[in-house]
Amino acid sequence: MTQIDQQGRGGAATPPPLRILRKAASAGLAMMRPAAALAVALFCGTVLLGLNGFDGISVMIGMVFGVFQDMRSVSEVLLKAVPLILIGAGLCVAFRCRMWNIGAEGQFYAGAVAATFAGVSVEGLTAWLYVPLITLAGALGGAFWGGIAGYLKVRFQASEIVTTIMLNYIALIATSYLVTGPMKDAQAAYPQSARLFREAWIPNLIPGTRLHVGILVALVLALALYVFLYRSSAGYAMRVVGINPFAAAYAGIRTRGNMVAAMCISGGMAGLAGAFEVAGVTRRLYQSISPGYGFEGIAVALLAGNNPLGAILSGGLFAVLRSGAELMQITSQVPQVLVLVIQGIVILSVVAFAAIRWQPWRKG
Amino acid sequence: MQDILTLGFLATLLATAWRLATPLIFASIGEVISERAGILNIGIEGTMLMGAFCGFAATFASGSLMLGLLAGIAAGVASGLLFALLTVTVKANQIVVGAAINLLGLGLTSFLFRTYYVSTGRGVEIAPPIDIPWLSDLPFFGEALFRQNLIVYSTVIVTILAALLLYRTSFGLTLRAVGDHPKAVDVAGRSVAAYRYAAVLMGSGLAGLGGAFLTLGHSNQFVEGMTSGRGFIALAVVVFARWSPVGAFFVSILFGLFYALQLQLQAQPLLNISYQVFQALPYLMTIIAVCLVGGKSAEPRRLGVPYGER
Amino acid sequence: MTRQTLLRMENIHKSFGPLIVSAGVDLTIEEGEIHALLGENGAGKSVLMSILCGILSPNSGQIVYKGRPLALKSPREAMQQRIGMVHQHFMLVPNLTVAENYVLGQGWPLRVIRDMAQVHARIRELSARYGLDVRPDAVIEDLSVGEQQRVEILKALYHGVDLLILDEPTAVLTPQETGRLLDLMRGLVRDGKTVIFISHKLDEVMRASDRISVMRDCRVVHTTRVEDTSPRELARLMVGREVLMDLPRTPAVPGPVALDVEGLSCNNDLGLPALRNVSLQVRKGEIVGIAGVSGNGQTELALALAGLLPVASGRVRLAGDDITGASPASINARSFAHIPEDRHKMGILLPMSLAENAILHGFGRPPFARRGMLSRDAIATHARHLIRRFRVKTPDEAEPIGNLSGGNQQKLVVARELARNPDFILVSQLTRGIDIGAIEFILQEMLSQRDAGRAILLISTELEELFAICDRILVMFHGEILGELPPDRSRIEELGLMMAGQRPVSDPLRRDPAPAGLSAPA
Repeated sequence: MTQIDQQGRGGAATPPPLRILRKAASAGLAMMRPAAALAVALFCGTVLLGLNGFDGISVMIGMVFGVFQDMRSVSEVLLKAVPLILIGAGLCVAFRCRMWNIGAEGQFYAGAVAATFAGVSVEGLTAWLYVPLITLAGALGGAFWGGIAGYLKVRFQASEIVTTIMLNYIALIATSYLVTGPMKDAQAAYPQSARLFREAWIPNLIPGTRLHVGILVALVLALALYVFLYRSSAGYAMRVVGINPFAAAYAGIRTRGNMVAAMCISGGMAGLAGAFEVAGVTRRLYQSISPGYGFEGIAVALLAGNNPLGAILSGGLFAVLRSGAELMQITSQVPQVLVLVIQGIVILSVVAFAAIRWQPWRKG
Repeated sequence: MQDILTLGFLATLLATAWRLATPLIFASIGEVISERAGILNIGIEGTMLMGAFCGFAATFASGSLMLGLLAGIAAGVASGLLFALLTVTVKANQIVVGAAINLLGLGLTSFLFRTYYVSTGRGVEIAPPIDIPWLSDLPFFGEALFRQNLIVYSTVIVTILAALLLYRTSFGLTLRAVGDHPKAVDVAGRSVAAYRYAAVLMGSGLAGLGGAFLTLGHSNQFVEGMTSGRGFIALAVVVFARWSPVGAFFVSILFGLFYALQLQLQAQPLLNISYQVFQALPYLMTIIAVCLVGGKSAEPRRLGVPYGER
Repeated sequence: MTRQTLLRMENIHKSFGPLIVSAGVDLTIEEGEIHALLGENGAGKSVLMSILCGILSPNSGQIVYKGRPLALKSPREAMQQRIGMVHQHFMLVPNLTVAENYVLGQGWPLRVIRDMAQVHARIRELSARYGLDVRPDAVIEDLSVGEQQRVEILKALYHGVDLLILDEPTAVLTPQETGRLLDLMRGLVRDGKTVIFISHKLDEVMRASDRISVMRDCRVVHTTRVEDTSPRELARLMVGREVLMDLPRTPAVPGPVALDVEGLSCNNDLGLPALRNVSLQVRKGEIVGIAGVSGNGQTELALALAGLLPVASGRVRLAGDDITGASPASINARSFAHIPEDRHKMGILLPMSLAENAILHGFGRPPFARRGMLSRDAIATHARHLIRRFRVKTPDEAEPIGNLSGGNQQKLVVARELARNPDFILVSQLTRGIDIGAIEFILQEMLSQRDAGRAILLISTELEELFAICDRILVMFHGEILGELPPDRSRIEELGLMMAGQRPVSDPLRRDPAPAGLSAPA
């Protein structure tokens, strides 16, 4: 077949100013898509509120900006951002390797269970030792849980979509079993574990608030995963596997190993989030310790365009919405579950906009 | 210990199993239809919730059970329309859209329920059990199997109709072809997109009906997140049943049996087996099933792949 | 004997964006003939036939069929006009039975299927009439490729055709099956049908058809009666891209053996034997070509050499070291380069930038990576160097490679592989789907690599490409090397016969002189 080169293109020597402009334009566009998706979602939320007898506009404004009144509310937002950023950034890695990990919720639980186990069983450690220990336990627990699905995928071609969903339930049920049985606090009336030893608690970041140092860890790890994916050779290999496994095999990259590794990384991040929740917020393991962070993390990763740095922004944003929704429930009696609707619409808008390829500098 | 294994116990267990399996049967047969056309809809959990809520709301307002069921189906179809629009027409990733539909379903129904109904505290009249003459008088199993409500009975009809549709009509033939070799269908002069729309709408409508059963045939109230994972279990049932409607019926009953056992065990502990074991069994069995099935021929070859991409 | 004109296609144009796939085609088909459409890969044969059966619609031009203008909007309309096509990739649903495939898409959708017994009876009757062994209740996925083809042909007959188009029907057949297919085509014509037969095998075309149209560069360049032409003329017409043929070259100076393959056998991904006892050597400073019709084991040979397909038996040595069964990673780490057959499937990553594509093999080693981290400056510099050296047309090295034309993509692949400083270069379908300017440039580059003392194995279905740069040409047929020829254009006829399975005259292993195409290897 005859191929005709696209017209109007320069050779290799595009002048630098133009190149910078073009890069800025494409970066701007990359941000525009999520921004537009968010705008659509907030608009739909406003309409939904209006249709149901609320003052949509003022509720929406309150939801987005209400939490920035004082230090305490801001610290609560950041506290909620910790698991969202951790899970979202981890899922970016899995999705980049084209592993559809729907199981962050279960991996969060696995991490929480492992951290609790570590946090109630060893006495007499110093905090310097204990905090890293349970953090590690949480990460390993989550990585193991994610790794199972990865292994089943490469060994039996079992769809990771189905297995991760099933592993979510198994983790939930196992947690319920543990807090009603073997790990139950004997003194408590409700199913819950014993309290973690004081030395295992994640240190507080700002006195007088609940915010713990986990937020710093989340930011550093999100940055680290970004560096891993885009600046390290191992991350490059993982992205190649995600884009085209045949090309990966041709380049001598181990596709199976990378797939399992991607599941372990994203599972480990979710497990870490679980450990921080137990050791940083609740101090005990409960049956329903996650309000759906694992599922929300999927939305965080998608809004971030599967870029771990973007997950900081989108994770923060979802934390604002979640806290804002709580606030609105108190002040305006608006059910806080509205935030789920907004998240759902954000995802749908992102995929709908992704189908529209608007690249004005390219013709044809 | 002794009395637990009597025929009476088994009969009750079976009756409970069928009732608990009913939403699963609707949802999983719906998912069989949609996956046979190559569409993996993981959004049925949210779709079921919409069916449950709309069914409840319609019956609450009108007092009519029939209207409630229709509203449940309509809610499912509406959710399916959104899903199909994005996955078939826009060709977006099916997993992503499904996940969003789940969030949307949970959020919307909870939002509307809290806004309008939570303070009323009232429920609706659920479908009454109907004795099937003569059969219901049979000892033990008569009571178990023939004193259910109409919605439970209808699972059998839906199963048979779905099997006939898939295997005995030209439509079903084409539908199965769409999931396996869409290009062949295109060349044979049928629209792949139209069939995928039809399959998704039917599947989602059935999921909506399954959801409506929860509020209109099982409990008389809507509860936030009341599907509690049945939509995901339905995905598992489909794999286990190797994409056959009749298989989906029986696998659903099997999973219903585990639910029933687990409920019984919570009430009457037996042999020190924790009830959570039975809770977890369906999920564990599903993982084993996908490992055994993995990459084999029962799965539609183009499942999850938008038509027009390689 | 003058025949009625059944079909006339006039000045058919078709393009997809910048890609022209049909450049003003004129074609006339007479009633009751077997008309062969001959041409290389990508000459535009399949596209033309897709237009004729309603899958694609032309941008301009007109079609006159049975005396009336024809404007097809769908394959269904083509079927109504009694035009049937057997596609190269079968349009059979694997999980359905033969009979179910035949009724697919027929009639009112909600019709209940009750009359399958009638369908079965019709199929049996038709299969008896045409001598096609087809069981109506067999499930497609259980059938062999040859059987599936019979099912496809019978499907067209079942729906009723006057004009039957067969797209590369022999590509998937054994010589015996091919012989039977050609007989079947004769039978169909006796039955009043007209057959269009797409092929790139000279011998079959000569043997089976009444008239022949040769396509090249998306045009019909010549139409002739079979008795007025010869394989030699057809071959010249088919591959006649004279423009690029006069590449200046010096005689090869072969050095020590770089690649030594001994008795290599492999199975393909379906587990069927694909390579049988292949032995060959490539010396430094020479280009060895592998000619053959696609599907005769060339793909598997390349994959096996690159470590991407398990070796059943035999030895592969690279510069004296045994690399049989070694992993792709360890083969890549040697002085080895591989330009794969299918760029999009293997060679490049469409959404990644040129720079990232340029380090596909070297991403883990200096200078591109230090202590596990990519060195962006080194990578960008490398990419810019390749772009300049190979005149890749792109705004810059950060451009996603998917935005480039096929020729520019291939230039980058070639540049990347040559930059690995290999002693041995494995090349498959070097110039497939790229523009003439890029072809000449890339072939020239291969010659200078040879002169720099590298060993090159070039697997190609494009004869002109092989003639242009090879020092020796080996012919592959059914997974075997049938023989060797010098790159002498005057012997193209002999080459064509070997590609059709006839062993060379000088070959002592030669068996009785069976007609071309039917000499089955053991």
